[in-house]
Amino acid sequence: MTDNKSDSSSKLPGLPGLSLGGLLRSPAAGAFMGFAVVFILFAIFGFGRNFLSVPGVTTWVNYASLVGMIAIPVGFLMIAGELDISTGAVLPAATMTVAIVSGHYGMPVMVGIIAALSVGALIGFINGTIVTRTQVPSFIVTLATLFAVAGLTLYLSIFFINNTNSFYHAPDWAKSLFGGKVFGFNSAVFWWIGAIVGFVFFLHYSPKGSWVFALGGDQESARNAGIPVRRLKIGLFMLCSTSTAFAGVLQVITFSSATSQANFGLIFNTIISVVVGGVLLTGGFGTVMGIVFGVLTLSIVTQAIGFTEIDRNLSFLIIGVMLLIAVLMNDTFRSLATSWSAPKKK
Amino acid sequence: MSGKKPIIELRNVDKSFGPIDVLHDISLTVGEGEVLCLLGDNGAGKSTLIKTLAGVHQPTRGEILMDGVPTTLASPRDAQERGIATVHQFGGTYPLMSVGRNFFMGSEPTKGFGPFKVFDRAKANRIAVDEVQKMGITRITDGDRLVGGLSGGERQSLAIARAVYFGARVLILDEPTAALGVKQAAHVLRIVNEAKKRGLAVIFITHQVMHAMAVGDHFAVLIRGAIAADFRKGEKTREEIADLMAGGESMADLEANIESYKESHGGHVPPVNA
Ligand SMILES: Nc1ncnc2c1ncn2[C@@H]1O[C@H](COP(=O)(O)OP(=O)(O)OP(=O)(O)O)[C@@H](O)[C@H]1O
Ligand SMILES: [Mg+2]
Repeated sequence: MTDNKSDSSSKLPGLPGLSLGGLLRSPAAGAFMGFAVVFILFAIFGFGRNFLSVPGVTTWVNYASLVGMIAIPVGFLMIAGELDISTGAVLPAATMTVAIVSGHYGMPVMVGIIAALSVGALIGFINGTIVTRTQVPSFIVTLATLFAVAGLTLYLSIFFINNTNSFYHAPDWAKSLFGGKVFGFNSAVFWWIGAIVGFVFFLHYSPKGSWVFALGGDQESARNAGIPVRRLKIGLFMLCSTSTAFAGVLQVITFSSATSQANFGLIFNTIISVVVGGVLLTGGFGTVMGIVFGVLTLSIVTQAIGFTEIDRNLSFLIIGVMLLIAVLMNDTFRSLATSWSAPKKK
Repeated sequence: MSGKKPIIELRNVDKSFGPIDVLHDISLTVGEGEVLCLLGDNGAGKSTLIKTLAGVHQPTRGEILMDGVPTTLASPRDAQERGIATVHQFGGTYPLMSVGRNFFMGSEPTKGFGPFKVFDRAKANRIAVDEVQKMGITRITDGDRLVGGLSGGERQSLAIARAVYFGARVLILDEPTAALGVKQAAHVLRIVNEAKKRGLAVIFITHQVMHAMAVGDHFAVLIRGAIAADFRKGEKTREEIADLMAGGESMADLEANIESYKESHGGHVPPVNA
């Protein structure tokens, strides 16, 4: 019984008894190390350029809160073996909904917010239903809804307000709750922190968290084990679109403006964050904290490069290299985790 | 029929997938403390039959009775809640999840209350390791270990241990010994006998005559989705059972054919699909 008590090399990441071997195979720790390396390098090259100043830090943290609110549920879907790229259209749809309902038609801000979240939930429901009722891969389904929703948003914006952009000034209480600033940090940052706590609880502590992994691990077995595969999947798509809509709500109230242009960059950024955060593209594995570090790393590289002496044009190169390293590391992780043999006797 | 109280019964069950008829007019009864061995060639419909009992498929026609009462097994969860535990032929484990989480997938133990119920990892790991060790897999001592690191047979044993733990009334095993070593297969046979002693109804699918003979009280042979033979222990010889398992062809004839082919072809075995 005692022969392998000291061997923790194949333990789950983030659990007690973490050894160096365990640390190296843990995607969350890998994502953290990637973040630390990028942060230290940027701090060194940005020392004379205010990278560590308040505006320097808040710039990328504020951006991270927007991407992160969306990236974590996108990561849930990837763990469950699905992909959602319709986020790039749900975000502008949500911002325009708030701007049209509460701005143009002057309804109470809560009505606009609820309308926007409902739009998100509905799109998620459509995505989830199509994916679970057909054999069409979710990449194609959400690619279709991406374009459909983007087109509809443009069309309806012109139809209702005859403009593709709009302004909306929320009342003071709503502004400070959803779009205020504390020491330069947007309210969205605090909402994101709250969301992270909820997401960590759901995925890693609540009994249903296992089910998400089971979907990506072996869907057939999950169904045989009595897991409501279809409902869970639809729920995850709805969570993703609703979170995206909420990010849109925070955005429109923070910046007091809305646009109906699809945000294609957001799609790439969420997926890159998730993969850099150690989620396996093939599903079945990942951690919320890994995704959080993935988001922070991406945000530093894309948003804070101006606060360093690193040439701004190199940011895409850095991201490309990072992504490649992450994918290779994740792959190594998978083969290590699945090729573990008898523990060595000490 | 046996004198034992029937637990689960199929009456004239048909199953079709669209135009494909897989099961025809299946009627079977398994009683308390009885082991039914389901035999048949590849594609005969054995897995489809047990999936119907596990709530994965619904019968197209006919009915399923539990304790004599017509019952709809609407979903795998429904079947589980009625005490039917199944080890399916394929899958059943998730390589990138821990032993504890695998063991309790779908029926997670929790602690805490209200919306703050959390997965009780310590309890799950303890029970999972205990149960797997009882199966003779003593190498697993840590419930946090990822299942991907286990061998195929160890994974199979984990899935069986899980079903034994959750199966209150009916235990269904679809080729449980296929991936197992001699020792582990013997463990499985012993477990089947134990479950039988505890009064469970066991349905056991195997392609190995020896395994079937070792535990079976009652044998049913499926050929192309229909029951071709239904007999009790001692009513047929080992050879007769082997012939039935080969889909009704005589194994002795098959072997004789191969022998004569080898003789006329300088010791070579016949090519496939000759
Ligand atoms: N979902 C399905 N849709 C259509 N046909 C199916 C489906 N499931 C099974 N079948 C068909 O039913 C037949 C019986 O399959 P089944 O898996 O029950 O056989 P089996 O007796 O378990 O075989 P084996 O010994 O190889 O495990 C096969 O011809 C198979 O193609
Ligand atoms: Mg089968």
